[in-house]
Amino acid sequence: MMLQLILLLLVAGVVAWQAERFSSTLPRWVTVVAVLLALLMLIANLGGIPAERFTLVSYPGEPQGWLMYSQHAWIPRFGISLEFGMDGLSLLLLLLTLGLGLVAVVSSWDEIEFKPGLFQANLLWTLAGVAGVFLALDLFLFFLFWEVMLIPMYLLIAIWGHEKRAYAAMKFFIFTQVSGLLMLLSIVVLAFQGAGEDGISFSYSDLLASAPTGRAGMLTMLGFFIAFTVKLPGFPFHTWLPDAHTQAPTAGSVLLAGILLKTGAYGLLRFCIPLFPEASMQFAPVAMGLGVLGIVYGAILAFAQSDFKRLVAYSSVSHMGFVLLGLYAWNSLALQGAIMQMVAHGVSTAALFMMAGALQHRLHTRDMFRMGGLWQQAPRMGACAMFFAVASLGLPGMGNFVAEFLVLAGLFAVSPWMTAAAALGLITAAVYSLWMMQQAFQGRPDNNREMADFGVREMSAMLVMMAVLLGLGLYPQPLFDLTQPVLEGLLPRMSEPMSALPRLLSEVSP
Amino acid sequence: MNSIVLIPLLPLLSAAVLILSTGKMPRTVASLMGAGSIGLSALCVALLASSFLADGEIRELTLWTWMSIGDFSPRIAFYIDGLTIVMMSVITGIGFLIHLYSIEFMWDDESLCRYFAYMNLFVAAMLLLVMADNLLLLYLGWEGVGLCSYLLVGFWYRDPDNGAAARKAFIVTRIGDTAMALGLFLLLTELGTLDIQPLMVAANTQWQTGDTLPVLATALLLGGAVGKSAQLPLHTWLPDAMAGPTPVSALIHAATMVTAGVYLIARTYGLFLLAPATLEAVAWIGLATLLIAAFAALAQNDIKRILAYSTISQIGYMFLALGVGAFASGIFHLVTHAFFKALLFLAAGAVIHCLHHEHNIFRMGGLRSRLPVVFASFVIGSAALAALPFTSGFYSKDAILLAAWSLQDIGPWLWAGGLLGALLTGIYSFRLVFIVFFGEARTEPDRQPGWKMAGPLILLCVLSIVGGWIALPLAGVFPAAESHPVNHSVEWISIGVPLLGLLLAYLMFLGGQISVDKLLSAPMARRLVDFWFSGWRFDQLYDLLWVKPYKAIAHWWRNEPVDALYNGIVAASQWGHRRLLILQNGELRWYATIMVLGLVLLLAVMLRNAP
Amino acid sequence: MDGLMVPMEHVLVVAGLLFTCGLFGLMLRRNIIFMLMSLEVMLNSAALAFVTAGAHWAQADGQVMFMLILTVAAAEVAVGLGLVLQIQRRFKTLDMDRANRLRG
Repeated sequence: MMLQLILLLLVAGVVAWQAERFSSTLPRWVTVVAVLLALLMLIANLGGIPAERFTLVSYPGEPQGWLMYSQHAWIPRFGISLEFGMDGLSLLLLLLTLGLGLVAVVSSWDEIEFKPGLFQANLLWTLAGVAGVFLALDLFLFFLFWEVMLIPMYLLIAIWGHEKRAYAAMKFFIFTQVSGLLMLLSIVVLAFQGAGEDGISFSYSDLLASAPTGRAGMLTMLGFFIAFTVKLPGFPFHTWLPDAHTQAPTAGSVLLAGILLKTGAYGLLRFCIPLFPEASMQFAPVAMGLGVLGIVYGAILAFAQSDFKRLVAYSSVSHMGFVLLGLYAWNSLALQGAIMQMVAHGVSTAALFMMAGALQHRLHTRDMFRMGGLWQQAPRMGACAMFFAVASLGLPGMGNFVAEFLVLAGLFAVSPWMTAAAALGLITAAVYSLWMMQQAFQGRPDNNREMADFGVREMSAMLVMMAVLLGLGLYPQPLFDLTQPVLEGLLPRMSEPMSALPRLLSEVSP
Repeated sequence: MNSIVLIPLLPLLSAAVLILSTGKMPRTVASLMGAGSIGLSALCVALLASSFLADGEIRELTLWTWMSIGDFSPRIAFYIDGLTIVMMSVITGIGFLIHLYSIEFMWDDESLCRYFAYMNLFVAAMLLLVMADNLLLLYLGWEGVGLCSYLLVGFWYRDPDNGAAARKAFIVTRIGDTAMALGLFLLLTELGTLDIQPLMVAANTQWQTGDTLPVLATALLLGGAVGKSAQLPLHTWLPDAMAGPTPVSALIHAATMVTAGVYLIARTYGLFLLAPATLEAVAWIGLATLLIAAFAALAQNDIKRILAYSTISQIGYMFLALGVGAFASGIFHLVTHAFFKALLFLAAGAVIHCLHHEHNIFRMGGLRSRLPVVFASFVIGSAALAALPFTSGFYSKDAILLAAWSLQDIGPWLWAGGLLGALLTGIYSFRLVFIVFFGEARTEPDRQPGWKMAGPLILLCVLSIVGGWIALPLAGVFPAAESHPVNHSVEWISIGVPLLGLLLAYLMFLGGQISVDKLLSAPMARRLVDFWFSGWRFDQLYDLLWVKPYKAIAHWWRNEPVDALYNGIVAASQWGHRRLLILQNGELRWYATIMVLGLVLLLAVMLRNAP
Repeated sequence: MDGLMVPMEHVLVVAGLLFTCGLFGLMLRRNIIFMLMSLEVMLNSAALAFVTAGAHWAQADGQVMFMLILTVAAAEVAVGLGLVLQIQRRFKTLDMDRANRLRG
């Protein structure tokens, strides 16, 4: 099923591309239908899984632990196969991917005039790449999808981006590509390191047992860490993100912020930490420090921006710092918080980028100094912006709050000082979020300006995202139930090394 | 039990409907929904209160488990005891009166619908805050009321000053909230739960009185309380928050939200009792705040700012009460303060409403005969505020002062400070009355308050007088305070001091026996008054300490300093590129020569290494 | 079983000399025709070495390689002369130092 799902998206991309020969509106319908079909396929297949499987603890490395598992031979000579596996975590992220894929299409509904077919094709191929990343268990295959999602995104920015698109796209490409090569190196080292009598293997379950330790382990781990942290993005590898987000077309920003960043977090959680428990533990103080730095630094820079999209982009840097913290605090509260943050941030930031796109479409500027008082002309937009602004500053009742609270609560048990520093992010988030509202929607309105408010299409997308965030904020349990078995499978792997973490941290902090 | 759910649900639903109507609802319907939902909610509270008074049983209601991860499973659940009942009655009762008043006050505003949506959302959040059975749900309400306060202070968003005031209110309280969040993490990590009652039991078993951990935890909680209740050092947001519509100031910034900090400390008193150091800090913070704010109130000339500083000062009294362990007296003062301060704000709103949005008290005057209802309200409210005998404020403030007096060691100092505050309160509250309602008229009112405004005023007048005789059902909530035999002279002093304040105010601002101009002619005095007028220059100090550096850093970094690293790499490779470019000269023979040289070199190396 | 009339070393020395001649011609001449001719000389010197070695060890590989070199040389001449014509047309000269369009 999983291979078919990815193929469906890939093929639909080609169809959408060719569909532009017939009509310029056909490609986006192809995309909508394809994504809906993929969702349907996913849900239909889930129906076939007995309910108790969802609560079964899934230990990584045991094929029966996955909700869905499939393996096809590909390059047996090097132990490479088309190995896919889905557990609660992948399922959750897959749902997020497809959902935000729909949002991305809706957000760029009539924005694209140049080659709309190719645009939709790139959108679909990116989705296919991301879906592959979330499902692949063979590390070689994982790397392949890692690249597959990169190139269409590069094209989206380079072709349909805004004024500085070439620079932004190149920066995005180089950052991701260089870090991706480091990861490839680590993957190869890992595969050869674990080579047994029956040759090398790239399979996740095989590699889990044979990861190098000591200095080699640390270096190999860093290869993964850098690749994933660039994508996340963590401080100081984040500088591609403000440019890429700002210059990308709306749909590109939505996909980038909503799901591409999550592949980094997913990679850390699925591969980097479980493969190298010891090295990760030693590295955890550094990673957490980067997380805290990212939170505060991103928030300060967000406040300094005058470009609406750039502000939202920096807020992503700040929010993803919480994910990094949560992952390396490595207890179930913090991990659940990090996963929640992935989902909630995906939704709230996608909505804010959609808002930015709508503003740019109407006003032809992203400069907040040229906005102001928009609430009067567009009260519905104002209300939506307010909702997502307060969601992003972590107001209780929204998913973002649950996420940040859990991350910090989990982290507190590990390192109170780190928690105190990270909690500064709660204050600084309020500063930039409210500043954004003031600049764009409050203040003196320009009465000469004519601006259309949100229509039915945009409003319904917004309402759905609001409902999701509120749902996550007030009844997040289904999400936790979905991922709890995965975490319970992962936690014991690290429980021994990680138990030394608080001591290690107390040595480095005052 | 269902009626309990209805209490927060009705305002919440009505807020949702009002928001979703996106301003298209007719005014009548919107105001009916806005005020009506609170009225129904108040009715439910009244039913609940009467049944509670009958049986005295604590009611608990779990709606659903919010989340459950390992041992951490906070619920969306309500815990209703006497304290909650008191708070709920204040919120919905006074809330309803203020909503009713708002209908008339806000009738001409184009965004009436938005106004009621925010107000209802506020009431719902505030109810959640006081009904929550665990600190996480309390935190939800806590932040929710903060958001509504932000939205309502910045309600007239077209003026950037209002936006700035709203942001200040949110961010300053957020600083406190962050401390509180850290407190929650500490409690969760150490005690393993956030449910308030089990938490206090666990704290009592695991911690000894005076341990570091309870002190730390309560200090962090106190941070949240200080922010929300506008106490030192986070009090600076409240005077600016007066930018919102006046009923908002009455409801949020006088009667309910700003007293949430008092509620928090009272609710978790079990923790604070384990931390005498924090409790003492609470008392000192309260005392310092009440004095500083009272002095600042003396120097203001904006009618709402006077009331704002007086609110800060009165909450200082509540903190003082909590700090000396007189929790019930603190809550008592909270309730009476809610009555008379809501009354004062609504009366001030009526003045502002009838005088074309005039705020400066020196441009008012002689309103006694022109706005009789408002005048009566103001006199009664001020009397209660100044704690003149037989008003509600008298009983509550007296209880606080006596409790302070009977404390060991620091007690008399706190008592004396409180008395000084009472004197100042008498002066500034009657200064306001004398300047606004006596003397010559400077601005003519262009209308009279209608019944929707006058009705709530009259009701609140009654409550401000009789409020002191209401027995709050707080028995069993707090540990019984030991009653001390109190020196009668102490009681007489605390009765006399407010009267002295009234007399001084009369001599200075009405009778003219003491010339204010002469007092101010001394250069020091002028400077002192300016200093008080600016609120002890706290704003300037914080501007210098926090706001400016933050903005400067943001401005300095705005172009991404980290990129310098990557630009360095780019520059280095470009430099290398230029250096290596000379090899690429396009001459075929040169390439061939280089190739030969390379081959020769390779050959040489191979031969050298050959065995 | 040496099928050679002369010692192999002598032939190899000749081949080496030829190769060096060609190499120096390539490096020193500026006219493209001469450069091509030098290349031709180098190819043939290599071919000579192959043939010699093939004869020395009585292996057919040497001849096979010779055939290959012959083909390559023929192709090279064809392409090379085409290039010469193009260069002549474009630059009006056969001096390769003046056809340095690839300079970075």
